[in-house]
Amino acid sequence: MQASTPAANASHGEHLLSLYRTMARIRAFENAAEEASRGSVAAFGATSDAAALVRGPLHLSTGQEAVAAGVCANLARSDYLTSTHRGHGHTLAKGADTTAMMCELFGRAAGSNKGKGGSMHIADFGVGMLGANGVVAAGIPIAVGAAHSAKIRGSRAIVACFFGDGAINRGPFLEGLNWAKIFELPVLFVCEDNRYSATTATDAMTAGEGAAARARGIGLPAETVDGNDVLAVDAAARELVARIRAGGGPQFLHALTYRVKGHVSVDAAAYRDQGEVEQALESDPLKLAGQRLAALGIAAGRIAAADAEARAEIEAAVAAAHAARPPEPAEAYADIQDTGAGQWR
Amino acid sequence: MNYAQAACQALAEAMRADARVVALGEDVGTGGVFGQYRGLQQEFGAARVIDTPISEATIMGAAVGMALTGLRPVVEMRVVDFALCAIDEIVNQAAKNRYMFGGQGRVPLVARLPIGIWSGSAAQHSQSLEAWFAHIPGLVVVAPATPQDNYSLLTAAIACGDPVVYMEHKELWGMQGEVAAPSSAALGQARVARAGSDMTLVTWSRMLHTALAAAEQAAQQGLSVEVIDLRTIWPWDRELVLESAARTRRLLVAHESVQAAGFGAEIAATAAEELGIPVKRVGGARIPVGYARALEDAARISAPQLLQEIKLFANGADRRRSMA
Repeated sequence: MQASTPAANASHGEHLLSLYRTMARIRAFENAAEEASRGSVAAFGATSDAAALVRGPLHLSTGQEAVAAGVCANLARSDYLTSTHRGHGHTLAKGADTTAMMCELFGRAAGSNKGKGGSMHIADFGVGMLGANGVVAAGIPIAVGAAHSAKIRGSRAIVACFFGDGAINRGPFLEGLNWAKIFELPVLFVCEDNRYSATTATDAMTAGEGAAARARGIGLPAETVDGNDVLAVDAAARELVARIRAGGGPQFLHALTYRVKGHVSVDAAAYRDQGEVEQALESDPLKLAGQRLAALGIAAGRIAAADAEARAEIEAAVAAAHAARPPEPAEAYADIQDTGAGQWR
Repeated sequence: MNYAQAACQALAEAMRADARVVALGEDVGTGGVFGQYRGLQQEFGAARVIDTPISEATIMGAAVGMALTGLRPVVEMRVVDFALCAIDEIVNQAAKNRYMFGGQGRVPLVARLPIGIWSGSAAQHSQSLEAWFAHIPGLVVVAPATPQDNYSLLTAAIACGDPVVYMEHKELWGMQGEVAAPSSAALGQARVARAGSDMTLVTWSRMLHTALAAAEQAAQQGLSVEVIDLRTIWPWDRELVLESAARTRRLLVAHESVQAAGFGAEIAATAAEELGIPVKRVGGARIPVGYARALEDAARISAPQLLQEIKLFANGADRRRSMA
């Protein structure tokens, strides 16, 4: 924080409040989705409940909101983004409509994907969000291709490619970073490091010095940042995005955060030390940002109002999703392919 | 013009007509290992005929990203065996994208995955895996058998808005033939390669030429075999095949790929269900392709072997004979 004069503090505070709002909206969205997902999937000893409104695996990014908010604050609508199975935050922060998103989680025809993707495949191409992905690291080659396409087409769009710490142990990580570098493509790689690969601590599965060191080994400039400090993420992303827009080629951001919830909503994450979780909650990104806002002179009432507005927005989205209709069964046969449409057997 | 040149011409014409068409893959800048990209980088430049690292997953995945953002990529995978390093990108990404995201995007790409036994190249350069891809909703699967069709069908595949798995045969690259442009062949249309009345023989890719040789021999022995070149594996031309089989009352399917769970089973089962006629499959043994000539030959189906099967089938001997 370089702000020191009252005017600079005020401007800084307003910017942080804007980032806080994005985080609060993500938090509210995921809290509501979690509530609606009780009994969503038979895993981790839980049984599935046919009455669950949000079906199947629901991967929550609770506690990781600062990464999505801080990075996406530096993207234009025309920029692209690829995400992971834990992608609600990225999608929302890129500008997707929360009602369409919630409808998607509820499996409604009005969902962003017409009810065909659900949480794991949430997407909004209209805001450049090219899709969450059920396969770890699978977004990396797609992001690289979108950036390559932008370069070929002479577009000024850049691509933000989010992936987790687990992804750095998959082949497409090496392939994609190498590709982006040799073609000097406009990609910001964001390793959102929540320390867990499903139920396994990533550290124990990862040799060497980790994500940023691997990126540097391929020739990408890499920054490591406290991923729970939204201002730090924002500042780092701003610098890296500026370099990309100036033609500096691919850049790498390693954001250290923590997955507060389990792998999926029904996972109580009993395999990890409770002290570790409590410690992480101390540096919750919304809590940290709230403290910082107060220090910058933002009235408590405005912070509370941001929380209330976020909750109200999401409550309305949930109500709309409840009221929305499911897709017609015939929709199962739409949007597959044009050549051979109708020949399903 | 040969089969490789026909494809090259189709791609060059598509690239001249549409700036969105690009080609990417290993060695395309030097013309491709089979000459199927010869001269293209000189004409269109390295930005559109893109030499890539040996990174199959990212070649295919990047093509998906390109296709989603306004390009029409043609993807070089060298041989289908190598495309197995990109199976997630083909099956989970390219094929599923349109449906999974509710029709928000399209993936108009052509993935060139050459199939077939390639003399002396052993088990990892010789597979014919068209049935795998026929199984995947979202994909179109094409297997041209002649220079004309390689020209026509590659043109159609590039124009198609769906992801197309385009399977040339590695032993047809040098095959000479007339190529008439412009083309009229459409995806999903089979072709009667030889008219006949005693049985219908459905085949594709290089096996077409084996089938035509066997049918010629059969004709000399008084058996009239109608040979259909399927050309598109999915969506396959049910109408043409069933019309022919309804007329001849016998359907035989022959393919180089492994017979067990091969695409021939799908065609034979459909004919049996729809027409209640005798059906028969002749496909490769379920063995890897070996290196030594004797081993490689065991994985092939020769014209004399196919002729023998045709005769047995025509005589009502539907039970499978040993081909050893």
